[in-house]
Amino acid sequence: MINFPVVGKTELAPGIKKLVVEAPSLAAKAKPGQFVVLHLHAQGERIPLTIADFDREEGTITLIFQEVGLTTFQLGSLEPGDTIRDIAGPLGRPSRVDYFGKVLCVGGGVGCAPLYPIARALREQKNDLAAVVGARSREFLILRKEMEQVCSPLIIATDDGSEGLQGTVLRGVEKYFREYGKPDYCVCIGPPVMMEAVCSFTRNYKVKTVVSLNPIMVDGTGMCGACRVVVGGEVKFACVDGPEFDGHLVDWELFRRRLQFYKREEKLALGAFLRKSRSAGER
Amino acid sequence: MAILDPTMRIRTFDEVTLGYTSDQAKREAARCRGCSQAPCRRGCPIGVDIPGFISLVKEGKFREAAQRLRERNTLPAVCGRVCPQDRNCEKHCVLAKKGAPIAIGRLERFVADWEREHGMTVPPTPGSTGKRVAVVGSGPAGLTVAAALARKGHSVTVFEALHAPGGVLSYGIPQFRLPKEVVAAEIDYVCALGVKIELNTPIGKLYSLRDLRREYDAVFLGTGAGLPRLLGIPGEHLNGVYTANEFLTRVNLMKAYLFPEYATPVRVGKRVAVIGGGNVAVDAARVAVRLGAEEVVVLYRRTLVEMPVRAEEYRFACREGVFFRFLVAPLEFRGDAEGWVREVLCTRCELGEVDESGRRRPVPVPGSEFTIPIDTVIVAIGQEPNILALAEVSELLTPSGRFVGADPETGATPVPGVFAGGDLVTGAATVIQAMTAGRRAAKAIDRYLSELE
Ligand SMILES: Cc1cc2nc3c(=O)[nH]c(=O)nc-3n(C[C@H](O)[C@H](O)[C@H](O)COP(=O)(O)OP(=O)(O)OC[C@H]3O[C@@H](n4cnc5c(N)ncnc54)[C@H](O)[C@@H]3O)c2cc1C
Ligand code: FES
Repeated sequence: MINFPVVGKTELAPGIKKLVVEAPSLAAKAKPGQFVVLHLHAQGERIPLTIADFDREEGTITLIFQEVGLTTFQLGSLEPGDTIRDIAGPLGRPSRVDYFGKVLCVGGGVGCAPLYPIARALREQKNDLAAVVGARSREFLILRKEMEQVCSPLIIATDDGSEGLQGTVLRGVEKYFREYGKPDYCVCIGPPVMMEAVCSFTRNYKVKTVVSLNPIMVDGTGMCGACRVVVGGEVKFACVDGPEFDGHLVDWELFRRRLQFYKREEKLALGAFLRKSRSAGER
Repeated sequence: MAILDPTMRIRTFDEVTLGYTSDQAKREAARCRGCSQAPCRRGCPIGVDIPGFISLVKEGKFREAAQRLRERNTLPAVCGRVCPQDRNCEKHCVLAKKGAPIAIGRLERFVADWEREHGMTVPPTPGSTGKRVAVVGSGPAGLTVAAALARKGHSVTVFEALHAPGGVLSYGIPQFRLPKEVVAAEIDYVCALGVKIELNTPIGKLYSLRDLRREYDAVFLGTGAGLPRLLGIPGEHLNGVYTANEFLTRVNLMKAYLFPEYATPVRVGKRVAVIGGGNVAVDAARVAVRLGAEEVVVLYRRTLVEMPVRAEEYRFACREGVFFRFLVAPLEFRGDAEGWVREVLCTRCELGEVDESGRRRPVPVPGSEFTIPIDTVIVAIGQEPNILALAEVSELLTPSGRFVGADPETGATPVPGVFAGGDLVTGAATVIQAMTAGRRAAKAIDRYLSELE
């Protein structure tokens, strides 16, 4: 199928947007933890986005993203009635949703979007769920109500202290360990540095920690190897073997470095786009 | 046949060979002796009536020639451009002994291009049989099966994971060798026969093989060999090191050579090393030249004789300034402090015993290590089947678990109603081999469907 209609749009926080897209067969198959690769139009690039939610009855999937590069800005400029040319998925392995006991969910920034459906599914498995979520400041916190419904306690940390603890999510994680003891299982999704920091903390306590990696991808089907990561000394393709991996085994330095591969080109493309839309706005 | 001048062509992605004019084609066709034995035909895996179509060209009956070609070959404009004629039909031409075989490939291309420019005539398809067939993968194997079964009146749907059909023809083989407009026209022809193509549909993810078997009377798997092999040596994950699949997909499928008009970037430095010796390696090298690399060297651990590349493309690559170093294998890629590749440590090799591929095995020469400064590496050492679609049906796989087992004559797998062919079964091979497997499977599927009643 091609040309997927956008049916809903909300701005969750400055620069963080939520689109609801009609994609019935995708909605029918999607599981928490999986992602799609989308390609906005013939000239566009293919980028992976986690499926933030799906509604099998309505036949829709939800995408939540932060406007950081050319494609996410273009995506953010779509309105209900517009279409996305190509969406392929659901890709990657679904999240492992079992009964673990005491589970800590850790989300940073827009990472809360993929975290929420996993948290909800873990809750349905009767896990005792708590969460730590972090953002730059209060206005950037997303899905707080939704998380509150499935996690207790919900510990918040903001860089500027405008809500909850002041500092990174790690502060929140430390607080949780201090006050509630160590969990049996941890799921952590957010920026690479944050995931790495949380993993090195939980490693000390031998708490199994699963992270969701979002490397550069092209096809998303195991064909190009752009998404390769090293986990436990082995090469893995995040698009088919992941996106979730044991965070204690991930080669973080390599992961962070490979994300920089196209930084220069990405900046160039975004700059051209922003200049163009600004001059269009002035006209 | 006219060819773009090397100094011109390395600046563009325009097609290198320009094709025959009608007169040139007729003149070339007139050289054909029309041998009654037609040895050329034996060299064509799919069995095109070569003397037949050539004699029609000689008479100027180009449309009839095209029809004759299409009786057996669904993608003549593609095959005329990319088949290894030097190893197949042209090798068997009686004139080959004198060093000047009939240019069968160029004639095939001429006829197909003439037909495209003058409007393709789609043969009427028979009434519907009511039978439904699912084809997974829209590469040469899948397209061939789909076209052949549509011509028999079956209703065929092709499922493709990517956003464009064609398989390697779209994402692998570059524009300057196989223009994407040519591929699109061939695919339009297949669709005009009544075939439906569903894009963005990764089987094994969006639908399972089980779903397809429930919904369709037969399934053909033609998912190719898309999984890139890696060297497994230190430094392979440094920035600047690509698999050929990533590099070529960015450039061909995503048109990164038109960045930023097209949003997908690709990065090529000044000095590029390509590892490998097949079509994929040579294509990657020629793409790198066109993207502005100053020095492009192909490192191959065997010699020119063992190189599984189309002869013409090797010659073109040399003319374009690609440098080939034989009997050289990489041992390690070394990077700078920021993690960008800066040099490759190599060893010289010599040829030893014949290995399972029937070629002499390269053996490293101790103490012969040396380094080459580079800033981009493209690893093109082969692909294997990507078994995304098949995880659920282990009985399809060969004992190694890496390929799908299918009867070479019929494409039948151990699972009733499921057939397979192309690179998925043979490992990375050629377009014409994939199409031949598709043609055989289509026959077997048609038989299978008629016995279903
Ligand atoms: C760079 C390059 C240059 C080449 N040059 C030549 C040449 O000059 N001459 C020649 O004869 N051969 C050449 N080859 C080899 C030739 O292209 C292949 O042998 C041929 O394309 C194989 O055809 P196929 O149909 O088996 O598979 P492919 O062409 O690989 O097509 C498979 C298709 O299936 C799709 N697919 C995979 N998994 C799924 C799934 N789960 N669900 C849905 N779809 C799926 C893929 O996206 C792909 O589109 C070249 C190959 C490459 C990579
Ligand atoms: S994105 Fe291409 S292999 Fe994973």
